[in-house]
Amino acid sequence: MIKLDKGKPKVINIGLESFAADLLSQGAEVISVAWKPPLNIDKRWTELIERSRDKIEAANTKALEIINAGRPVLVGMGIAGDVIPGMHKNLILHAGPPITWEKMCGPMHGAIIGALLYEGRAKTPEEAEELAASGTIDYAPCHEHGCTGPMAGIISPSMPVFIIKNEAYGNYTYATQNEGLGKVLRYGAYSEEVIVRLKWMETVLYPVLSKAIKFLGTINLQGLIAQALHMGDEVHNRNRAGTSLLIRQLAPAILKTSVDAEQSAAVLDFINGNDHFFLNLSMPACKAALDPARNIPGSSIAVVMARNGTEFGVQLSAMGDRWFTGPALVPDALYFPGYSKADANPDIGDSAITETGGLGGFAIAAAPAIVQFVGGTAKDALSYTLSMYEICFGESSSYQIPALDFRGTPLGIDVVKVIENNLSPVIDTGVAHKNPGVGQVGAGVVKAPFEPFIKAYQALAESFDNYKE
Amino acid sequence: MNTLAKTISGKYLDSVKLMLISKELRSLKGVEDAVAITATKENKEILAATGMLVPDAEAASETEIVIVIKAADEETAKAAMQKATSLVENPPAPVSGIISSEVRNLAKAIEILPEANLCLISVAGKYAAAEAEKALDKGLHVMLFSDNVSLEDELALKHKALKKGLLMMGPDCGTAIINGLPLAFANNVPTGNIGIVSASGTGLQDITCGIANRGCGITQAFGTGGRDGKKEIGGIMLKACLQYLMDDTDTEVIVLMGKTPAPEVLNELMRLIKQTHKPVIVNFLKQIELPELPNLQSSVSLAETAELACQACKKPYTEIDSPVYKIPTLPQNRKYIRGLYSGGTLCQEAILIYKRLFGAEPFSNVGAKLLAEGWHTQEDSYIDMGSDEFTVGRPHPMIDYSLRLKKLSEEAADKQVGVILLDVVLGYGAHPDPASELVPVLQKFPGEICIVCHVLGTDADPQDRQKQIAALRECGVYAFTSHANAVDFSLKTLMKNRENV
Repeated sequence: MIKLDKGKPKVINIGLESFAADLLSQGAEVISVAWKPPLNIDKRWTELIERSRDKIEAANTKALEIINAGRPVLVGMGIAGDVIPGMHKNLILHAGPPITWEKMCGPMHGAIIGALLYEGRAKTPEEAEELAASGTIDYAPCHEHGCTGPMAGIISPSMPVFIIKNEAYGNYTYATQNEGLGKVLRYGAYSEEVIVRLKWMETVLYPVLSKAIKFLGTINLQGLIAQALHMGDEVHNRNRAGTSLLIRQLAPAILKTSVDAEQSAAVLDFINGNDHFFLNLSMPACKAALDPARNIPGSSIAVVMARNGTEFGVQLSAMGDRWFTGPALVPDALYFPGYSKADANPDIGDSAITETGGLGGFAIAAAPAIVQFVGGTAKDALSYTLSMYEICFGESSSYQIPALDFRGTPLGIDVVKVIENNLSPVIDTGVAHKNPGVGQVGAGVVKAPFEPFIKAYQALAESFDNYKE
Repeated sequence: MNTLAKTISGKYLDSVKLMLISKELRSLKGVEDAVAITATKENKEILAATGMLVPDAEAASETEIVIVIKAADEETAKAAMQKATSLVENPPAPVSGIISSEVRNLAKAIEILPEANLCLISVAGKYAAAEAEKALDKGLHVMLFSDNVSLEDELALKHKALKKGLLMMGPDCGTAIINGLPLAFANNVPTGNIGIVSASGTGLQDITCGIANRGCGITQAFGTGGRDGKKEIGGIMLKACLQYLMDDTDTEVIVLMGKTPAPEVLNELMRLIKQTHKPVIVNFLKQIELPELPNLQSSVSLAETAELACQACKKPYTEIDSPVYKIPTLPQNRKYIRGLYSGGTLCQEAILIYKRLFGAEPFSNVGAKLLAEGWHTQEDSYIDMGSDEFTVGRPHPMIDYSLRLKKLSEEAADKQVGVILLDVVLGYGAHPDPASELVPVLQKFPGEICIVCHVLGTDADPQDRQKQIAALRECGVYAFTSHANAVDFSLKTLMKNRENV
């Protein structure tokens, strides 16, 4: 027997929007679902995941507790070859999942050529390219050596790096000093000015900063990021507040520890002139907080999202060091004059670690100054952040969105929710020219491709199949 | 190539805004390249790299905005520069709506509207059943507009709905009016005491409008989807809705319509009808043998079905507006009729009436005498342009008139065609102003063609029915508000022409 309540129906509309518009015009109550075709997921996996919900929930609760308990601080600086675990003279670290020289994109090739010139391993770009392809040089992902690198993410043995410690768990992470904008190594440029700047960063910037940090003892990065979010940063595409806050801490220490006033001024000028200086601290800070949440059996939380300009890679808490990859997408960005999507390299860089840590695109509602990247209004930015709560297991207990009444940022990308909601993470990003040496051609947001998440979901499901109690 | 440059000082715009402005400028016709940018050192390098660093730009200071435009001719460049200047001086307001909604799934929608009790689904067929199942699981009545859903899925959905006491209207259900709310393709019909259950969408629309236009009203208009009466589905929803109307105290008269159901379904429907004292009018779109029941009447005409229902209300009702036109005389050579329909049931009814008159069916894309190709009419032909062959990859002809207008022009150009018969469907879901599409085309037709049109709708419909009719009559169309009358007139015109031979 059909039971039908009196009164005009209240309608949920899935499909043609004009139907909802007609209903609205009649004063009916109607909600339209922004529907899109579901992902094609094998039923077997879905059932395995369904069966294991309690286990996943418990594992994720534990993982999120660990991430939220993290306390990343800047403890000092050092030379990559001395401090990064496993670093050796023939090793070059790069952004994203593992990749061979042959498969690397233009900007990564350019950055490696630049790094070999900088290291003095070659005298000309041609020589460097030959060496790079010769097999003498080993390549490995930054993430496999405790590092994160923006864009091409190249770290060679002589480069100075920041050392970040998660004081709650005792783990360390590393990142180079940010070079600024324009012709820079991370975008694949290797001209003389690039190498000269890198040398200056090694011989002037690094010693000055290193002494100042030693003088300060530690710098609480978590505190700086939390404040920066209240000041309009999301610490991925906007780092103006974070950089400013850092300078307030560093400046007195530099003046106290540096003997050369010219050098002190040059260092402060350099940082002041580079809004993104703080990015190379927000990234390793996120990694430091995420790394202890690795290897929790059953946890569906992503601990790494990283791109090498060819592939997009994801690592899952439950799945150890396994990479789940798929082709990286070309960002739908705002392009600098004279450039278009046709010039753009597919998405590149380890900087998506900020989104993995609940910042960047996930916190874009905190950064009204850059809402043009997501459609133009503060409301658009809010929608982006709000939608990310739907794919996260929880919220950050340290980082907040003022515009959401200081709600914690969405934290703990849950691959099960990504698949079930058919919603992929949004990542703020800079866009590199596809050819080496050209540099940045735009900026915007990019949606992570689904393929790595589908593969991670499958692997997680199968891990429950193999698991016999 | 014309290059123009300009410097604007004392104005600050962030780089993203400037990028958006540059993007807009580049999209202007005739503009080869364009940029609005703050003249910093780095930006000048970018300009140099792209060949845009003209002397004016080079001379600009760090805080100034430079605009450089390259265009095919001077006029274009000047116009673009003017636009650029105004955009920089008065930057565009942010565009909203990139993200249409935070509601990505049914669960979220229910969270926001917990009192929701009906789900209207019109996603592509292969996903539709899954969505409908979710909605039923959440306790929502379902109207499934989508087609291309398998019979197995339809059966499973209807079983599930029945178990939960829910409506499962469709798949392929285009029309319903529930508690006075028109859904999808439906008309504004007053509330009254006639309850309808129909397996035909346009049939339901035509009958509800016929009732409204006679001054009566309805309780419910349930759609079941065209296959409900098939043996495989067993008339699950036809029976359930009929039962509902029998039990419903507001419903005093019942109309049951659709393609003739399978014999076993028909038997069960008749058994149900036997259990009620309420008058029931059935229309199975063709003459069939029905048991003699005191409360049962049948008709094969949509207009008559509405008329009978109104009569059964035992209240005074108004006669439907029936214009008296003089039958036109057509040139001898214009001896054929072409029906170009958007409503499937109307097309079938027209074919049926034709067959009753001439003893044989006309050519059509839906009847027994199939056109070799739906598009290529010959002799007397009726086309249902709402059938799949015409709607793949384009909107339904009730919404998008372009294909029908094209076909109309083709038919009018055929010197053997004397009568063109068409329907214009009004109401929600349909084109907002069909006359505005039809009139400019029909005006160009030679006066010797007779255009007959059935206007389906009510005066309360958003299109303003009287205005639509007046506009059509204005350009010589023989417009009717009863399909039977329209068909009758078209055939009389055809007969007159043939008798003259």
